[in-house]
Amino acid sequence: MSYLRPDFRHPNLPVNDIGFTKKDYEGSISTLCAGCGHDSISAGIIQACYDLSIEPHRVAKLSGIGCSSKTPTYFLGNSHGFNSVHGRMPSVATGANLANRDLIYIGVSGDGDTASIGFGQFGHVVRRNLNMLYMVENNGCYGLTKGQDSATSDTGSQSKKGAANPYEPIDLVSMALQLGATFVARSFSGDKDQLIPLIKAAIAHSGFAFIDVISPCVTFNNNPKSTKNYDYVREHIEATSTVDFVPMKQEITTSYQQGSSTEVTMHDGSVLRFNKLKQDWDPQDRFSAMAAVNDATQRGEILTGLLYVDPQSQDLHEIINTVRKPLNSLTEKDLCPGNVALEKINESLR
Amino acid sequence: MKPTDTTNPEYFHKVVDCQYACPAHTPVPEYIRLIAAQNYTAAYMVNWQSNVFPGVLGRTCDRPCEPACRRGRIEDEPVAICRLKRVAADNKKDVKSLMPDIPTEKNGKRIALIGAGPASLTVARDLMPLGYTIDLYDNQKAGGGMMRSQIPSFRLPETVLNEEVDYITDMGVNTHYDCYIDSLKGIVNQGYDAIFVGTGAPRGRDLSTLEGRAQGNSNIHIGIDWLSSVAFGHTEKIGKKVIVLGGGNTAMDCCRTSRRLGGKEVTVIVRSPFEEMKASPWEKEDAKHEGIPFLNNHVPMAFVCEAGKLVAMKFDKVEAHYDKDGNRKLVSTGETPILVECDDVLIAIGQQNSFTWIERDLGLEFNKWDMPVVDPVTFQSTLKQVFFGGDAAFGPENVITAVAQGHQAAVSIDHYCQGKDVAERLAPGTTLVSQKMGIHQWSFDSPVVNDVRYIVPQADISQTLKNRKIEVELGYSLDTALQEAQRCLNCDVQTVFTEKLCIECDACQDICPTDCITFTDKYEQDDLRQNLLAPANNLSQDLYVSEPLKTKRALVKDEDVCLHCGLCAERCPTAAWDMQKFIYNVSHATHATKAGA
Ligand SMILES: Cc1cc2nc3c(=O)[nH]c(=O)nc-3n(C[C@H](O)[C@H](O)[C@H](O)COP(=O)(O)OP(=O)(O)OC[C@H]3O[C@@H](n4cnc5c(N)ncnc54)[C@H](O)[C@@H]3O)c2cc1C
Ligand SMILES: Cc1ncc(C[n+]2csc(CCOP(=O)(O)OP(=O)(O)O)c2C)c(N)n1
Ligand code: SF4
Ligand code: SF4
Ligand code: SF4
Ligand SMILES: [Mg+2]
Repeated sequence: MSYLRPDFRHPNLPVNDIGFTKKDYEGSISTLCAGCGHDSISAGIIQACYDLSIEPHRVAKLSGIGCSSKTPTYFLGNSHGFNSVHGRMPSVATGANLANRDLIYIGVSGDGDTASIGFGQFGHVVRRNLNMLYMVENNGCYGLTKGQDSATSDTGSQSKKGAANPYEPIDLVSMALQLGATFVARSFSGDKDQLIPLIKAAIAHSGFAFIDVISPCVTFNNNPKSTKNYDYVREHIEATSTVDFVPMKQEITTSYQQGSSTEVTMHDGSVLRFNKLKQDWDPQDRFSAMAAVNDATQRGEILTGLLYVDPQSQDLHEIINTVRKPLNSLTEKDLCPGNVALEKINESLR
Repeated sequence: MKPTDTTNPEYFHKVVDCQYACPAHTPVPEYIRLIAAQNYTAAYMVNWQSNVFPGVLGRTCDRPCEPACRRGRIEDEPVAICRLKRVAADNKKDVKSLMPDIPTEKNGKRIALIGAGPASLTVARDLMPLGYTIDLYDNQKAGGGMMRSQIPSFRLPETVLNEEVDYITDMGVNTHYDCYIDSLKGIVNQGYDAIFVGTGAPRGRDLSTLEGRAQGNSNIHIGIDWLSSVAFGHTEKIGKKVIVLGGGNTAMDCCRTSRRLGGKEVTVIVRSPFEEMKASPWEKEDAKHEGIPFLNNHVPMAFVCEAGKLVAMKFDKVEAHYDKDGNRKLVSTGETPILVECDDVLIAIGQQNSFTWIERDLGLEFNKWDMPVVDPVTFQSTLKQVFFGGDAAFGPENVITAVAQGHQAAVSIDHYCQGKDVAERLAPGTTLVSQKMGIHQWSFDSPVVNDVRYIVPQADISQTLKNRKIEVELGYSLDTALQEAQRCLNCDVQTVFTEKLCIECDACQDICPTDCITFTDKYEQDDLRQNLLAPANNLSQDLYVSEPLKTKRALVKDEDVCLHCGLCAERCPTAAWDMQKFIYNVSHATHATKAGA
């Protein structure tokens, strides 16, 4: 078993706009099971951050507990990180984001971490529209504790244990839509072509960006009768669209056939371009997104891709009207403006 | 691209860059692992089987393997393959008991070998265990050819050479030393079943038409004649100021030998620019280390003599001009000729073959360059029972090429004598064995070390310049050897992919440190090499393309900078990737080592 990755990289490794190679975005070698979907998602995050030329020190990674929540160790080794308690990542993220709005927040959670113990916290971080990327690495089980069915496991799905899940599943994408999330997507760890642009768009989004990534647990939930195994997911996947993410500064060069593509300009000026595969669905209409998800579920299909985006959303800081400066940089002078100012305030209240 | 056919032994052979580049296809990583395991004897025998002179080659090989070594593509320097070979040779136990048995009952076939250089000795080594009776003829006083007469003792001690020549002659070869063969007809008439000509390229080029050549003759020497005269103790001194003409390895040996025989101001002077000097980089380095300057772009104009004695040489300063096809022309700069004082001149500007002793009416055809017509695969001449090999076959090369050709000639001679098809070659012996020892456990050291190439220590220059017999290089210490051995990437431990096991989780693609692996649906496109995770720009390295997988993608692996770290196989949940050791043995006339070696 190797505990270290060799230091050598491809001699022709390209560098991004700020002079970093992909190596600068890697973390330590994964200790997850070989073939775990979560590792592919980590690779997707590394690629997305590299492509976006993000300075690693500007990112904070947050997670709860679970195999999925362990993954921040395996990417962005030069970024900040906080591995919190089970299901409590949203409140830690909220605190961190309130203290320093200038960082990019990437939250990584599992279906157990989010849909069971952390379900309450999840609801609140969604409705507050905290500016972060929230990813659920969804394998339909509690991987870390040896594969018990999780709340996202489909009715009838069988994990390695062999017993069919008797309960109704929680669909996190529908929940997020319902609770007012301003960016909602679903993807699959085995489809990086789709996942990477979604991660980039989610990072560019100002507000709460949720991606539910189906991520097979090879050890406990990749058996034939599971609805979260590699083959089943591949066979039942249906995409709303193909998505291209065009960063703000990049010139738009590819031309699309008239009518086939929709463009959404994000808050920061970057552009999301969809090539719609699904008619009667509008990525900027929450109800059509909910209908599309429902419709696919009815047919036993898994709808992926970008489902809904509100590019002009107001994030928590805008809602509560905090100062532009990160709160953690406010000094005593900013916070205690002195007697004169206090008098003025008191006066205004008399 | 079509799926790769890994059942073709040459596919995986090519991945083992060093072995592929070695003319004798020595299984390099196998012996390097044995050195790391401190089993020097086995490491030696792996070498001896392939290249016959591990002790000699571990000091003097031209090492075509090193520029090919994969390590050189991921960092600055290749593995010190050659000097590790020397470690095996210097630290082995007595290997005599591992030498092949020689049948006491002979097979009745008599072979004559003319010349006792590495080519002939290899033929002897391969044929003696099969029961042939062998007569070996050489005009020198002992076997070894140019390894004895040319390669100076400060690079190759006589004891090392003697030992390895003796392993062969002790098999019962009938040696006829001090015996110049002046007629091939005479040998043919002795009724040998086959004759092997391994007489090398023994004639040094001269500058016979240059002004002053005749006058200065007593102080003008042909490099290779002078070196052999030194080797055999006939020449013991040279003047204080020496000019060595030529930029190849012979020139390097001449100048360094001169420094040991009294030359104080020794200068190497070449016609061409430095970059075109033929000498190996390490030979040039060693010469410079001994205080020998090189002058380039100097074309000899005349030997200058005063009172019938050589005093200087005159040179025309030139510049190299290249036409659009890259052909070089040396054009005079027009400056006044340059005069370089000297007491002696050594001419080391090339070697030629000399077949004056071969009658032209024997039915042995010569081509327009007056070289024998020799088949490049069988080494047979147009006179069916006569075979050539080494420098005698296609002009001057090096020891390892002579050995490789000797092996092939031995196969042909054996086939010829046994009435078989001379051109037939058995397929190489190959095996491919999983190195898995348990979950994520390999039987080879898969971690990749970062160490840069270790320097081979040298004896003190104040000592080595005093005595031409003191070996300059000291060889690695065992500790350093172990560290250098760890730099080898085990390229023979192949990444082997089984399509039907792959679940396309992408784990191998994600983990691979050097971005070798790409799952792609573009595998049929011509620009596949540009559509991989990292562009596959090294066209000399193959792409390993799988059959299409379930998702209609194929797995494509660029072999170029694979570290053989095994991580792809470790991260594969279904063992679709496995690390398998590929052994490739060129088939020889005989398997010359005993089992258990
Ligand atoms: C100065 C110098 C340094 C070299 N250094 C290296 C080195 O470091 N590494 C390396 O790999 N190679 C080196 N070489 C090249 C290498 O020595 C030769 O390529 C190699 O020895 C060729 O082997 P061979 O068996 O073909 O013939 P040779 O080694 O040339 O042996 C031929 C033998 O046949 C004898 N012979 C010739 N004609 C007759 C005859 N008619 N009758 C009887 N005997 C005869 C010769 O005297 C000689 O002993 C060097 C060469 C020179 C000149
Ligand atoms: C408060 C608390 N309760 C229970 C646990 C035990 N526990 C550890 S991980 C886990 C479930 C993780 O499931 P998920 O979030 O889906 O992660 P996965 O391992 O599947 O990626 C549980 C219940 C815990 N660590 N802490
Ligand atoms: S138990 Fe499952 S989720 Fe956890 S690392 Fe292993 S495969 Fe991944
Ligand atoms: S790294 Fe080792 S096996 Fe690979 S080419 Fe170099 S010496 Fe040969
Ligand atoms: S052995 Fe596998 S993981 Fe390691 S460099 Fe080669 S292809 Fe990549
Ligand atoms: Mg889970």
